[in-house]
Amino acid sequence: MNVQSKAAGQGTVPVETLRAAHRVLAEFRYTPPKVERGYANRTLYINVGDNTIASKPMDDKMKQTFIGGRGFGLWLLWNAVSGDTRWNDPENEVILSSGPIGGTTVYPGAGKSIAVSLSPLTGTVIDSNVGGHFGPLLKFSGWDAIEVQGQAEEEVIVFVDGNKGLVQIIAAPLEESDSYVLPEQIVELFADTPAEKAGISSVSSGAGAEHTLMGCLNVTYYDMRRQFARVKQAGRGGIGTVLRHKKVKALVVKYLGVKGDSNAPADWEDLTRVGTKMHREIYVQDPIMNDMRGGGTTMLTAIMNDFDLLPVHNFRLGSHPEAKGLFKPQFKPYLNEGIPNGCWYGCTLACSSCVEGFRPRTGPYQGQSVHVDGPEYETVAGVGSNCGIFDPHAVLEINFYCDTYGVDTISFGTAMAFAMECYEAGILNQERTGGLDLHFGNAAASLEALHQMARGEGFGPVVGLGVRRMKKLFADKYGADPQFLQDIGMECKGLEYSEYVSKESIAQQGGYGLANKGPQHDEAWLIFMDAITKQIPTFEDKAEALHYFPMFRTWFGLNGLCKLPWNDVEPADNKKKNLPRVAARVPEHVSNYIRLFVAVTGRKDVKEPEDLVRMSEAVYNFQRLFNLKMGFGTREHDAIPYRSMGPVTAEEYESRAERYDAQLREIGFNPDGRSTAEKMAALRKHREERYQTLTDAVYKRRGWTADGIPTLETVKRLGIDYPDIEALLRKHLK
Amino acid sequence: MKVLVFDPELCDGCRVCEEVCSQTLFKEVDHQKSALCILDVEGQPGRYQANVCVQCGECIDICPALAIQRDKRGVVRIDKNLCVGCLSCVGFCPYLAMRVHPDYVVPFKCVSCGACAKQCPTGALSVQDLPDAELTVTEKRMKVMASPQAEVVA
Repeated sequence: MNVQSKAAGQGTVPVETLRAAHRVLAEFRYTPPKVERGYANRTLYINVGDNTIASKPMDDKMKQTFIGGRGFGLWLLWNAVSGDTRWNDPENEVILSSGPIGGTTVYPGAGKSIAVSLSPLTGTVIDSNVGGHFGPLLKFSGWDAIEVQGQAEEEVIVFVDGNKGLVQIIAAPLEESDSYVLPEQIVELFADTPAEKAGISSVSSGAGAEHTLMGCLNVTYYDMRRQFARVKQAGRGGIGTVLRHKKVKALVVKYLGVKGDSNAPADWEDLTRVGTKMHREIYVQDPIMNDMRGGGTTMLTAIMNDFDLLPVHNFRLGSHPEAKGLFKPQFKPYLNEGIPNGCWYGCTLACSSCVEGFRPRTGPYQGQSVHVDGPEYETVAGVGSNCGIFDPHAVLEINFYCDTYGVDTISFGTAMAFAMECYEAGILNQERTGGLDLHFGNAAASLEALHQMARGEGFGPVVGLGVRRMKKLFADKYGADPQFLQDIGMECKGLEYSEYVSKESIAQQGGYGLANKGPQHDEAWLIFMDAITKQIPTFEDKAEALHYFPMFRTWFGLNGLCKLPWNDVEPADNKKKNLPRVAARVPEHVSNYIRLFVAVTGRKDVKEPEDLVRMSEAVYNFQRLFNLKMGFGTREHDAIPYRSMGPVTAEEYESRAERYDAQLREIGFNPDGRSTAEKMAALRKHREERYQTLTDAVYKRRGWTADGIPTLETVKRLGIDYPDIEALLRKHLK
Repeated sequence: MKVLVFDPELCDGCRVCEEVCSQTLFKEVDHQKSALCILDVEGQPGRYQANVCVQCGECIDICPALAIQRDKRGVVRIDKNLCVGCLSCVGFCPYLAMRVHPDYVVPFKCVSCGACAKQCPTGALSVQDLPDAELTVTEKRMKVMASPQAEVVA
């Protein structure tokens, strides 16, 4: 598929014309260094406002404390912004970094990049991990991270050529900003031969990001068999909105010559052993476990629906009779399989599904044959069941346009579901939505709102403000009950919830509410062990889980790793060999990760699982303190909406009355003869108290004060007692 | 397609073939660097089996770098320049016949060259012309891509 056919009807300009309009605004030449044991040992600083390009050295302390990836992003951003910086100030940055293991090809899931910025949605620091080839190719080009600061006067592309040792800021007026066409234009522009396309990765967003606060980054890799650029998303927190606000159309890296030892590991022999062992495990186990290779995460919809965890109608319910419309078998006919679907070389878990020959029914690509990257579970549940939409074609179409316009599918789904519930509740009506009938299930209206986001008109951009701002707007403008909006508005810290119903798992309520960036499940997913297999009955058990898992999972983001090969496939004997609580940590895989880290970095001081957790703990606490620096990061900001804890409406209570009545009896409240309102009030009081008890237990376990601030002792123990952190703590710890 | 065929009735387990193979591939005698591997049959002293590529081509669909393709003789070959060393093919070979050695970043396999067969003292090895394997998904796609009229739909 070429650029012209892909963008038919879009008035796409020939590549020669695009190139002729380019002007190089700044240029920087460097000698590409050899990567040593997972590090290039310097970072690339770009200011698109004053056209500065500079190389920043890196010291051992930075590597020792922050490791890489998210850690580097946080550290660079901390030094770039003050507590007064806002997301749309030029000082804010968009940073991408992979991590020391990132770029390893022999172990599955080792090519992630972590994007970091100040979030338009939360006002504080956000991190979002993403596949695609950008981070690894950037490192092989000589840069462990790229930080982009400033605001350009005109549309620019930042181009890094890692073979030539060249960085340019290029005025690029004619390229599309749309992330369906733009990645194709970029490979055509920067690849001198068809074979070179595989060496190019770009980061872009789209028009939807410009008119909302929930813009995502699309990070590409070139699919040699399908012969087009695939896009993976750093969805959370609106980093795409920041990129577009800077007038950056794309960050582009070109590096040819990836090899098994491009990451220059300290111990190639052990890497080959642990890597081939893992490939074999996936070969044997994946087909009998999750079958990720045969449809990615789409298998989750059925499981979540079975366990009453699938968000339906803005998280009111956890299952729905029509949900089977979104189960894996409904998507299977759309998927093209049998060829690699990994978002970095060597990922044999290969969850990156792709739909080819898809024909949208609406919007600028109506009736054309396009390809869709996805669907993933979060998208299916978010833009599908949570909005009452159970039609796989509609889900794929929303998926396609979210990516194309640069809009996060999770925030879009959760925000749209909120708007739909407000519509059903009479807070919104067609007059207020500019004619959109936002009843649950109206896919056409959801799509129209999405197109409006791209056009910057109508009600779509209001949804694009996110749940927190809609709550305030609907209360101020339409006189809606602020308490009701607070109860049903599924956001915490300003970020929309990801797509799991946490009502029956107190630990997961903490997993969402106590997460650094906001309610995203990448810190902890504890629902099964908490609510179903009941492995963590006491608050101390839950607090331990809410210490271990967030720390352990943070470690992936420091190293350029994907979480999926950790526990979405397991050794055959995992559950036989280990007690359930231990099995949940997948000890053999944890041991793989220790071997991986040691084999890449050569560090001799990393031997036990606790060593991984300690690495993360420093960065995790640093991020908590970053929130504090930005005016957040205390207990009040860990408050969660009641919809995530229990039934807000009588309909919700009554639909699960047996369950809730039984729980009331357990706490000594006899529900017999009581009204639903009385029962709801008693249940709510109980559940809200439990969340506070959990919060106390978790803060204690993490070494924080009762207000959720890391103590001076904790900070010293973790080696992050920098003078400005101590000053910050002195201000807050009286 | 050309395939190295092993006859267990004739093999006496001398493993000269392994030495010839590593010598051919890497210019040194090292049993760990041989693409074929002669194994004892458990519980049957004096009986041997060979572990070697059957040229089925499943690895063609596994390679993310399109570095594994079938040549004109029907033999599955790795292009060292394209290989990114991910070793997916090693883990996903149904026969565990794709090899890796810590001295190299590119895996290796039997390419039906016949050097071992020539030196085998008992005639247990031979390169035979067997019916072609079915086209892989990758090969089918490449055929479609090569045809200008074709729709890019699998």
